[in-house]
Amino acid sequence: MILRVAPWLFGLLALVGWELTVRLADVPVYIIPGPLAVLGAFAADPAGLLVSLASTLTVTFVALLVAAILGASMAIAMASSRMAQAAIQPWAVALQVTPLPAIAPLIIIWVGDPFTSLVVCATIVAFFPLFANTATGLASPPPELRDLFQLYGAGRWKTMLLLRLPAALPYFLSGLRISGGLALVGAVVAELVAGSGGFTSGLAYRILEASFRLEMPRMFAALVLLALAGITINHGLGAFGRRVLRRWGDT
Amino acid sequence: MLTIAHVGRRFPTGTEALRDASLRLETGDFVALLGPSGCGKSTLLRLIAGLDRPDSGALIWDAGQPPDPGDTGYVFQDATLLPWATAAENVFLPLRLRGLSRDQAQPAIAEALARVGLTGFENARPRQLSGGMRMRVSIARGLVTKPRLLLMDEPFAALDEFTRHRLQADLVAMQADLGCTVVFVTHSIYEAAFLARRIVLMTPRPGRIAREMTSPLTHGQDTRLDPAYATLVAAISQAMEAALQ
Repeated sequence: MILRVAPWLFGLLALVGWELTVRLADVPVYIIPGPLAVLGAFAADPAGLLVSLASTLTVTFVALLVAAILGASMAIAMASSRMAQAAIQPWAVALQVTPLPAIAPLIIIWVGDPFTSLVVCATIVAFFPLFANTATGLASPPPELRDLFQLYGAGRWKTMLLLRLPAALPYFLSGLRISGGLALVGAVVAELVAGSGGFTSGLAYRILEASFRLEMPRMFAALVLLALAGITINHGLGAFGRRVLRRWGDT
Repeated sequence: MLTIAHVGRRFPTGTEALRDASLRLETGDFVALLGPSGCGKSTLLRLIAGLDRPDSGALIWDAGQPPDPGDTGYVFQDATLLPWATAAENVFLPLRLRGLSRDQAQPAIAEALARVGLTGFENARPRQLSGGMRMRVSIARGLVTKPRLLLMDEPFAALDEFTRHRLQADLVAMQADLGCTVVFVTHSIYEAAFLARRIVLMTPRPGRIAREMTSPLTHGQDTRLDPAYATLVAAISQAMEAALQ
């Protein structure tokens, strides 16, 4: 019980301390706003911020979906043939180690359509954990079980369907959880790059805009929304994963 | 059933797992392959199962060809169940891989589970079962196709002694009942002496068959308190000592 309340209590204490410090030390609001000022900034224009949040979340979820389909299918292709493995693996790693801010401007120029280019950027970031986790899961069944499938004359296709895919499911789901957070980060980074190019619908652009105007409370409000969205995505995907595994029978 | 003639197997790493191993397997035999780690007993078992091929020598089946999939059952040291599937689904697996529907397989599944004393646990998942019960599911899975040949690779090595004793006694009774041929890999002299009618002693580096012994015990009853059992254990120990030198 106390462990459940502890994080909330700590958060509340920190907020009170923050507000008190800002007030007692007389810190100007354009340097560090207190929590009440941040709340005030949100209350002043909730619709604007929430619409931007929805825009960012749309990019995030579309990217996550695309990354899940691409990551899982490429991992399956790789697990099915050595040739595919040799062909795909180095490129997947190359994609993983290239910093998004470095390639985002190129992607935005090449793709043209702002929404699509944001989705492409976020997908690139979200792809790797899904791909790598699924690949690990597909390779996870112990050699004895593969022997057993071989002994009973199961071909590649049946081994994939009845052994490797089910074994990969928990790995895929934990990859999904990691990638959910990363897709949000990818969407925000891409928006920051795109925002300086005049694309202005996402939450990251609200942060840029507010910082240009020295509207620190609004900037903080946008940041808080982003943090909350990240936490919700993480917990939501975690709960989703547990639910699927329970239905799958792993009680 | 099978003649193993001068079989050798060298792994790509250079290890000579098996050299010039010859063995005759009769229908209804209960043979123990006994020896320390690295003596090639598991390699020999895999060769019999067709999971590996010899580099030299040959396996000559009386039937003229290796048994069909399903005519051979295999039980590993670990239960190696599918963790997401129930006990019944795990036992169903070999039949499913041979194209049977769950309905068609149901009588065989129920019979195999009953044979290992797991009636009532059809819907339990592996993680809800004890180690001994998981091994029972694994044995049921090996038996569900009614194999003529049952290969077992140290199946009881990871179990506690009480569970092991019970499963060993059950296995002897099951084999007597089913009449299938059993090849049982073990590194326990006691286990070999209790279970097998023929005990094949193997030595490592390179793995080879040192000698064969026949059990004088009456099979199919608990012989652990029989003085002849103690005598057999002592005889095997001595023979093993001699072979290892």
